[in-house]
Amino acid sequence: MVTFSNIVKYAWLVPLLPFAGFLIIIFFSRLLKGKSSGIIASALISLSFLISLLMFFAQSDSAVKSITLNIFSWLDVGALKIPFELLIDPLSLNMMLIVSGVGLLIHVFSIGYMLHDERFNTFFAYMNLFSASMLLLVMGANYLILFMGWEGVGLCSYLLIGFWFKNDLYNLAARKAFVMNRIGDLGFILGIILLFFTFRTLNFSGVFAQLSAFTPNNSTIVIITLLLLVGALGKSAQIPLFTWLPDAMAGPTPVSALIHAATMVTAGIYLIARSSLLFNLAPFTLDIILAIGLITALFAATIGIYQNDIKKVLAYSTVSQLGYMFIALGLGVYSSAIFHLTTHAFFKALLFLGAGSIIHALSGEQDIRKMGGLKKKLPITFLTFLIATLAISGFPPFSGFFSKDEILMAAFARNPLIYVLGLFGALMTCFYMFRLLFLVFYNQFRGTPEQESHIHESPALISVPLIILAILSVVGGFLNFPEIFGGKAAQANFLSVSLTNYASNAGHMAVSTEWILMAVSVLFLLFIVAFAYNRFIKQKMLPAGDEIPLAFIPKLLSNKYYVDELYNWLIVMPYTALSEKVFPKMELNIIDKTVNSFGEYTMWLGEKVRRIQAGNISFYVFAMVTGVIFFIIINLYF
Amino acid sequence: MRLEDFLLMRHELLLTLIAIIILIAEIFTDDFKKQGIRPLSIILMAIVTIVGFLPAPTGTLFGGMYQATDMRLMMKNILNIGALIVFIQSASWLKSDDNQNKVSEFFLLLISTLIGMNFMISSGDFLMFYLGLELATIPIAALAAYDRYSNKSSEAGIKLILISALSSGILLYGISMIYGTVGSVYFDKVSVAYGATPLQIMSFIFFFTGMAFKISIVPFHLWTADVYEGAPVNVTSYLSVVSKGAAVFIFSIMLVTVFQNIAAMWKDVMWITAAITMTLGNLFAMRQNNLKRFLAFSSISQAGFIMLGIIGGSELGMAAVVYYILVYIFSNLGAFGVIAAISNASGGKENMSDYDGLYKTNPALSLTLTLALFSLAGIPPVAGFFGKFFLFTAVAEKGYWWLLTIAVLNTIISLYYYLLPVKAMFINKAETSIAYFKSDGWTKVGLIICVAGMVIVGFASVIFEYIRTLSFGL
Repeated sequence: MVTFSNIVKYAWLVPLLPFAGFLIIIFFSRLLKGKSSGIIASALISLSFLISLLMFFAQSDSAVKSITLNIFSWLDVGALKIPFELLIDPLSLNMMLIVSGVGLLIHVFSIGYMLHDERFNTFFAYMNLFSASMLLLVMGANYLILFMGWEGVGLCSYLLIGFWFKNDLYNLAARKAFVMNRIGDLGFILGIILLFFTFRTLNFSGVFAQLSAFTPNNSTIVIITLLLLVGALGKSAQIPLFTWLPDAMAGPTPVSALIHAATMVTAGIYLIARSSLLFNLAPFTLDIILAIGLITALFAATIGIYQNDIKKVLAYSTVSQLGYMFIALGLGVYSSAIFHLTTHAFFKALLFLGAGSIIHALSGEQDIRKMGGLKKKLPITFLTFLIATLAISGFPPFSGFFSKDEILMAAFARNPLIYVLGLFGALMTCFYMFRLLFLVFYNQFRGTPEQESHIHESPALISVPLIILAILSVVGGFLNFPEIFGGKAAQANFLSVSLTNYASNAGHMAVSTEWILMAVSVLFLLFIVAFAYNRFIKQKMLPAGDEIPLAFIPKLLSNKYYVDELYNWLIVMPYTALSEKVFPKMELNIIDKTVNSFGEYTMWLGEKVRRIQAGNISFYVFAMVTGVIFFIIINLYF
Repeated sequence: MRLEDFLLMRHELLLTLIAIIILIAEIFTDDFKKQGIRPLSIILMAIVTIVGFLPAPTGTLFGGMYQATDMRLMMKNILNIGALIVFIQSASWLKSDDNQNKVSEFFLLLISTLIGMNFMISSGDFLMFYLGLELATIPIAALAAYDRYSNKSSEAGIKLILISALSSGILLYGISMIYGTVGSVYFDKVSVAYGATPLQIMSFIFFFTGMAFKISIVPFHLWTADVYEGAPVNVTSYLSVVSKGAAVFIFSIMLVTVFQNIAAMWKDVMWITAAITMTLGNLFAMRQNNLKRFLAFSSISQAGFIMLGIIGGSELGMAAVVYYILVYIFSNLGAFGVIAAISNASGGKENMSDYDGLYKTNPALSLTLTLALFSLAGIPPVAGFFGKFFLFTAVAEKGYWWLLTIAVLNTIISLYYYLLPVKAMFINKAETSIAYFKSDGWTKVGLIICVAGMVIVGFASVIFEYIRTLSFGL
């Protein structure tokens, strides 16, 4: 029988295997023909998944729930002691299972999806590198290792967004993601530095052990948490650092599914949940998180209603769902955030892969106005997409219902207004998702006849991952089946070793209130579906073409509130103007002059000194003797 | 004394043995078959280097005159590696017509200096030390004058022997004063009885002068420019790396043991000389166009950096010095190796401007040189970065903030000139860059060893940890 403490000794294999895959594929790229690199990559990820699964089962039998595994002492210079340690506890196991499990499905999907790409091998090398970094991120036992993984996934995200780098627009998207993340990372780095100066350690356990010395809203803790929050905002695409995520859809669709829906973008949520004890001491920061989450959830949902690119709709819905997770974090119910993160990983990965399957079937078409009537032709895709849509909209008994409901209940317990706003966002989610579903799968096909003749259901490599994810999207909710239905809230209890919720999960709410709220939300959802059905199927309304001028609000929404333009006007243009007009002068007159004169002076000195070196040996002897005398004098007389 | 006690002198005995073998080979081969001596010497040296790493007993011989400790054995091994690389790098140069008849001369002279260095490092009293020092210096003068028909080469030999005679004289004078005041030449006795009387301080400074000449510390460095330029490239690289490393090793040992009583005083002396040496070395190097001279001057500046570790005086500092020399051997010999290869293949092109656009024609050599220069400049992640980092840590640990500031400033200045050749190779466009050529096997092996060293020593923290564990005790 494998015991937890025994199997944990091999935990280092989990991030190392995909990294080895990256190295193998990169170095033997020329030898790997056909699907072989995809198979290698998937095999290694599945090994990681298997080890994670073994650890999970071993852990549930074990009394010890959390083990720190020391790999080697990494940095040991003076006061700076940073061991390379992995932390295996419920939270990291939860994340490892998502990353390696969903990652495996997406890897398999990609074998079919990317097969005809000329950079097939490179793609899988990057995907494996990403998985390794993400696993390192969630397994690190201190903030520095977390940061290492954080930067690793950022790099892979950049590489994969710009994977089709021959398209300039895609390169711009990659650059935007990179810059936005850099802003977040700067905050994160500063947070880490401040953490180190405050606690003299970067280990999670070391930091948390010292927290009893601080009072709530202690200014240092607040600053640290705010800095960490900036990092999380960048990675998890929250206001104001969210605009990169919709652009990131330029990458291949499996990348959007893995990186920009299921895993990397949740790193910010993981960071805050991991630091739950730290954030509990900073209610001020929690309130800010709540506000940001709420605004982002609503803001992104409204934009989603008017998008016509299938992947853009999903991208904004991701931003919006991440907003819900932030709401949960802000309410202090970290376990609900992780619960929603888990279910979201299932149904959002499924939605993206489904979108990928559709795009694949339509030979690259992404505009929903040119789709329609695909229900018959892509039955598996349709069915799985439907399940995912029901899940994300929050219909019982699909997974999204339970996770979203948990967040909304906690919101109601805090303040009914937050609940109302949250519900409003959920209804909008329901609307744009059904809009998408109806426009894509119902009525008549609106593309070219040529496209129509090519439509075909995707091969098994693509459809099997869809089916598995669909099953998970249905049953995922039972992971944390709420007590009100006679469940045990298993996941929340499981996670309680790693997380300390600030508020208890709506514990002080009357059962009847909870039932009424659920009934209300389901009723509203049904009404919204009926509304969308009437609008898009009965009346066959279509989103207007790009050339038709829109009314004010639709125009505002379909142009994403002009946030990109605003940032451009506020930051990019002044910066460009400054660098074109002011900086050249400053650079020439102040910086260049200082640096140059330093250089020139040194050169001049070098020239002078070189004269000494004339080759005259009696001068050499003279210099040596002078040196001896000089040293004797300063030592004997001073 | 038992016979197996001689095993303690394993390094010296083995080197003597291979010197004799080469001598015999020289006597029994015909004039036109001397080329066979090259592989023979290299293989013998490789064997000695590998055997040196086998576990060995430690202890003292001749009543304490000769001492073998783990740390000293490590130092000897490092020097062996350096000498081996120089051997390998010299192989193609020795093949030329001019050197046909003096192949074994080169190896014999080099091995004798290495024997001298080994004795010097293992010395337990001033006499053994002096003997080793002279054995390590005089043959080098002959090596510097190896191209005996070249005026520059013979000038280099003459200058070296003259200046070394002067410094030896001063050093001997210092030793005689030590004996005069203490009544013993054994290190352990001297270290106990040494005080800070004026005569003893003077004796230390005289002694210091002798070492400063070997390490080429300002103002005792002036000989280096002419000698480094005049001597053949391979001799220069040996002189600037192995010979300097040996002097640094014994000097650092003696400072913390023999002269520990006056540490406060020598630390001041070192402080000043280290700062001046770094700065002046940089100023010299900056204006050089000839890459050989350029590296020679940069090695003066490197000597200044190495002294940072000695000033630290801590175990960390000593480990940092030994580690840095190891890194320095690979980096500097890598750079010299590329320059020698290009000089041999292109008929003596050694100027910076000759390297314009080299990356296009000879990418492998360009990358090797770049790596070596990065390592010398201390750019991560190459080994040189860690070397400098540990040296700086050692100084910071002892609170020499001003010295550290000067060192960091000098690192920045050095960055400028170390990147000049890189810029020439990668960015500058040239009408006619040096054409592509194939290096011969020996050159390739030498460069591969250097590159591997720079990368492995940098990434394997085990090596530094191991050096740290070797107690610095004598």
